[in-house]
Amino acid sequence: MKCVVGIDLGSTTTKAVLMDERGTILGQGITNSRSNYEVACAVAHEEAVLAARRSLLDRTIESLDGPGADEARAVRPRLREALRLELYLEELDELSDAVLRHVSHPAMAPHRAVLEPAAREVLDGMARSAPELFLGGGGRRSDFFRDVAGAAFMAGAERVCEGGRVPFDRLAGLFDRAILDVEVRFRRPAFAPLLTRALDRIVPGNGDDRGDRAARGRVEPLLRAAADHPLDEVAFVGTGYGRQTLPFPKEAVKSEILCHGRGAHDSFPDTRTVLDIGGQDTKAIQVDEHGVVTSFQMNDRCAAGCGRYLGYIADELNLGLHELGPLAMQARRMVRVNSTCTVFAGAELRDRLALGQNRADILAGLHRAMMLRAMSLLARSGGISNAFTFTGGVCKNPMATRILETLVREHYDAGITLNTHADSIYMGARGAALFALDDLRAGRPGILPNFGRAASQPAEDPPCGRSEPATHPFGREVDD
Amino acid sequence: MSTSRTPTLDPAKDRSQVRQKRMIAEHFERLARAKEEGRAVVYTFVPGNLTELIGAVGTLPVLPEINALQSGMRGRSGAYITEAEKSGHSEDVCTYVKCDIGMLRSGNIGPTGTKIPEPDLLLLSYTGCFTFMKWFELLREQYKCPVVMLHVPYQADGVITPEMRQYVVRQLRDKVVPALEKVSGRRLDLDELSQRLALSARAEDDLVAVWESARHRPSPIDGYFGGVYYIGPIFSAFRGTEDAVAYYRELREEIEARVAAGEGPLCPDGPLGPERYRLVVEGPPNWTSFNDFWRMFSREGAVVVASTYTRVGGLYDTGFRHDPAHPLESLADYCLGCYTNLSLPKRVELLERYIRDYQADGFMINSVKSCNSFSAGQLLMLRELEKRTGVPGGFIESDLVDPRYFGKANIENRIQSYLQMLEARRQGGYA
Repeated sequence: MKCVVGIDLGSTTTKAVLMDERGTILGQGITNSRSNYEVACAVAHEEAVLAARRSLLDRTIESLDGPGADEARAVRPRLREALRLELYLEELDELSDAVLRHVSHPAMAPHRAVLEPAAREVLDGMARSAPELFLGGGGRRSDFFRDVAGAAFMAGAERVCEGGRVPFDRLAGLFDRAILDVEVRFRRPAFAPLLTRALDRIVPGNGDDRGDRAARGRVEPLLRAAADHPLDEVAFVGTGYGRQTLPFPKEAVKSEILCHGRGAHDSFPDTRTVLDIGGQDTKAIQVDEHGVVTSFQMNDRCAAGCGRYLGYIADELNLGLHELGPLAMQARRMVRVNSTCTVFAGAELRDRLALGQNRADILAGLHRAMMLRAMSLLARSGGISNAFTFTGGVCKNPMATRILETLVREHYDAGITLNTHADSIYMGARGAALFALDDLRAGRPGILPNFGRAASQPAEDPPCGRSEPATHPFGREVDD
Repeated sequence: MSTSRTPTLDPAKDRSQVRQKRMIAEHFERLARAKEEGRAVVYTFVPGNLTELIGAVGTLPVLPEINALQSGMRGRSGAYITEAEKSGHSEDVCTYVKCDIGMLRSGNIGPTGTKIPEPDLLLLSYTGCFTFMKWFELLREQYKCPVVMLHVPYQADGVITPEMRQYVVRQLRDKVVPALEKVSGRRLDLDELSQRLALSARAEDDLVAVWESARHRPSPIDGYFGGVYYIGPIFSAFRGTEDAVAYYRELREEIEARVAAGEGPLCPDGPLGPERYRLVVEGPPNWTSFNDFWRMFSREGAVVVASTYTRVGGLYDTGFRHDPAHPLESLADYCLGCYTNLSLPKRVELLERYIRDYQADGFMINSVKSCNSFSAGQLLMLRELEKRTGVPGGFIESDLVDPRYFGKANIENRIQSYLQMLEARRQGGYA
């Protein structure tokens, strides 16, 4: 199957979207940029390829007919989660290695006797509870490994540190260092072994039950055929802050303004105004009926009001970024926060906490202060026209969205529709993929040879689950 | 360096530019000798500069704004600004002012390495910039020298009335000329002033021809980045001199040769490649990263066909010329007509004209936060221009000479986004 790739190298996260020739999204991937765009690009891309394989598998299952088809359809929802679980476990293995590596550092010698067993206990507990996390049906607030693993690690660490024998800060510090290692490693997880392990988990077929064995026998070949379906990446476009750092030819690089505008318009074709709040950028974009940008404004000189603003506040409160919005939603009143500087807002937060004000109420005020900056930028770009689409990582924050709705009603027209999308963070990459699709349709394939080959071929060696050092298509291209 | 050298890839090395460089060097040499030769020195501003009058009484002009921008281009402004801030000038004050104050506190060494003499008179032409008044107030405190103020009424209604003209003429006659005569010890010879004004008009004719050459495709000039080189002589010490006449004649010939050869402008990396975007620019350039800023345009094939910044020291392409038959009235009209003295509607009108006349694909505003006289209202101008012309505007922010406020990655990102937007709109939509 021919497909195109859009990659958005954002200041905080790097996103990749794979799209088929009809413009349907096959897969999406995301990772932290951490200033290493080469690795981030490869990691996000691989994740998107895996996701594409999952969705192709889904499609194939949907269209199956004959023996095993119904059984395959029956396992599909659990299979999706089981595949995510297997990926999570792979990364958890890496996290364990990294944590233990940090414990063994000479500087940790005085604490090792206490920390190492504690860390092992936490990590083992995470591995044991992982199946419940994915297959237990409880749902997760985030699919980011950092968020899921971070929450699990901290919960485990709190338990282990009860009683005060193990210092919590040191244990938590191990995670903070190790997660950076994990996030900048390029893996090439192969889909086929992942599939085998996922099937082993949900349709083991190795018990005494002949029916189970037969079911496995019928389902597996069908799924394997789908998993081996070739993915030919024939065009790609890069966008975002890091786009200049990669060896993309100039024609394969598009401004994120155009990409975000186009991605948002593709998701909601009535869109005329787009607000994108990313890690360090806020973009107010006006588009026409074709999704072509007609005007835009971006924050300049100061990144207050962007995603990092919330990241900083989350750090101050020792919370995960994804926990901020839900906590702020519990506010009973909105504390007025006037600081327009991220650092001063942190100071105001501490000050108000010291005065005994409610954490959720203060957080609500911080969210409002942030969105007021976005309103100012929107005004500069030409205001808000219907329909209004909110994209970027911050869009996932329910409090940010709720406040934006209120502000739009207060300052513009109550009849304006505010669109948000579950995959809002991928809009830039989606727009980039659409530009790549233009290239494909116009007969201008722009794929880097190594990029396509490495990305589309399932890795057979080494076996899945093991990481490789950070060499990847982009890196090789540069070195050549 | 030979003055007969043929044009090279460096815009500063065209024959005309070699001449300009020599002219400037000679001017600073004259300034360096001024005190020993007993010549009075007059500090004044670019908008509303009365160079012919200053020259006609035998005094020499110094333009602190030009010193500041040259300090910016030479990488000195950062240290000068720090020096000024140490003495109590706020971060938000006009960076030209701080650069000048810092230069003064650092020995007042000019761009050619010679010391700039202290002023005998501060000639404050007030043309739309309130900061000018405060600037010279600071210099007066420093130098303990007289200030003569020429109050130029703001063109709020977009017209120069006879009363406005007379008001300026009266000040010229009763205040400015006597003040100049006093420091120079020489009476003004109106005939000599007229002769100088006749030379001004000749140079102005050639400058306008240079501006209008941008109607060609490809444009042979960049009317903003290249344009700031072209305004050098006429906005500073040379209007009304034979030197300026020769410079603008030579420049015009060079440009006409480029038109005949179908060549585009010379840019920092050499001749501009295929002309992809024709832009009009509003607002002053950034001086500390001038070539980098220019490359952000030229590397994308963008050429500036007209700009308003290059009209701050005199607006000639709407018909005004210095008139030797009416010397003081003509100087009054010149001051009243400077771009900085125009109302917002008049500025919009001028930009609209440029966008249409020069068939621009877009227009870009470089907004400078520390320059309120320029920046206030620029977003309104942007919206109005988009409405009137249907041509999309771009908006970037930087600073005049404070290197801390030039965010290369951010600015480049906006410029590229803007140019790609123009391209997408040109194609009328996506596939």
